[in-house]
Amino acid sequence: MTRSIECSRITTEVERLCREANCHLGKEEREILEKALEEEVSPEGIGALKLLIENAKIAERDDVPICQDTGAAVIFLELGQDVRIEGGYLYDAINAGVAQGYTNGYLRKSMVFPPVDGKNSGDNTPAIIHTKIVPGDHLTVTVAPKGGGSENMSAVGMLTPAAGYEGVKKFVVDTVKKAGSNPCPPIIVGVGIGGNFEKCALLAKEALLRPAGEASPIAEVAALEKDFLKAINALGIGPQGFGGRVTAMAVHIELFARHIASFPVAVNIQCHAARHKRITL
Amino acid sequence: MPIKSIHTPLTDESVSQLRSGDQVLITGTIYAARDTVHKRLVALLDKGEKLPVDLKGQIVYYVGPTPPRPGKGIGSAGPTTSGRMDPYTPRLIADAGLKGMIGKGLRSQDVKKAILAKKAIYFAAVGGAGALIAKSIKKAEVVAYPELGPEALQALEVEDFPATVINDCYGADLYEEAVAKYAEQ
Repeated sequence: MTRSIECSRITTEVERLCREANCHLGKEEREILEKALEEEVSPEGIGALKLLIENAKIAERDDVPICQDTGAAVIFLELGQDVRIEGGYLYDAINAGVAQGYTNGYLRKSMVFPPVDGKNSGDNTPAIIHTKIVPGDHLTVTVAPKGGGSENMSAVGMLTPAAGYEGVKKFVVDTVKKAGSNPCPPIIVGVGIGGNFEKCALLAKEALLRPAGEASPIAEVAALEKDFLKAINALGIGPQGFGGRVTAMAVHIELFARHIASFPVAVNIQCHAARHKRITL
Repeated sequence: MPIKSIHTPLTDESVSQLRSGDQVLITGTIYAARDTVHKRLVALLDKGEKLPVDLKGQIVYYVGPTPPRPGKGIGSAGPTTSGRMDPYTPRLIADAGLKGMIGKGLRSQDVKKAILAKKAIYFAAVGGAGALIAKSIKKAEVVAYPELGPEALQALEVEDFPATVINDCYGADLYEEAVAKYAEQ
């Protein structure tokens, strides 16, 4: 049996999610900022964290964007194989929702094409869409706007299997060190280990969709997340790079099988405003 | 530490009173300019042409705001990463008389040298605090390149705009010093 979902409904929901994600920080994402404030020791770091918490409150109250960089619209779809999309093409419906959300919500339009000397598309399309076909008859849409500042500090490393977890840790810590104050710390660090060149990058981004600070369900991976976080926070970068103990608030790691010759690692850096909203239709 | 109030345009004297780590509140006109505007301004300097605004003694703010809601002067307006402007900044300091920059994140050695040579100054605003910072921006007016949308060159009237001095005109760098203080390795 198939179940039908109308394109017009998808467009409406994507519009709403774009606006909500950019103006209303999630519960876990607000709580992790409060936790960072409890843990920070540097006066400059504490000052910066208080401003970030105040900023999130203003955005929530006034329904305005948390950050002026309202991102590229990154959309994750989990499409049940028994769903039938009616009334148009799925990706057109998504892009229409993004265009309406960014226009009606007074969000910034940041997409230019071609990449060199390009023209702004004027409605923040095209969205960057990742689709997974899953069992069942539902469609889950996650809207995760991603700003340029933190995205630019992300990296993929094709390590060798001999590097092991110590090699991964060094690559992650070096990437965060090099990023310094640029990605708006305190950050959340998404790490993808395994797969191949593009798979590890996608894993790192998917890791950021987890509620902020939620540990991996795999005990060994959760232990690695703690260990990496400790090493990152020994760097001293602190909130906004003003110095301090809380450079990162969480490390989220996702794993996938790898080829016997390869050991790819990706680090996707997320600024303090970890924005994502989801709906299942 | 007391918070220092400063007014634009800046002078050698006002810049020399500021030290790395100082908290400041900026009042006056500042100019919103980022990637593409910087490229265009330097292209004009290369051709020996006049810039659309006189930057002598002025402060440039690296920002691309969200559109204002009806009845509002500006949308969210926090800083973007300054490092992308590094290839252009030394020229604007040396040849256009630019005195101050507001952004976030690290600057290149060439920018730091230009700051030192011409008594300029680099401030950080709190990255990702766009809703909060917008409260100190009273008016925004596009002065050139409207076709660039959020990237257009804008004059911003600011009142008590909060920032922190990162690179002062004596060669100090808050990012380097603060990180060294808290690093555990």
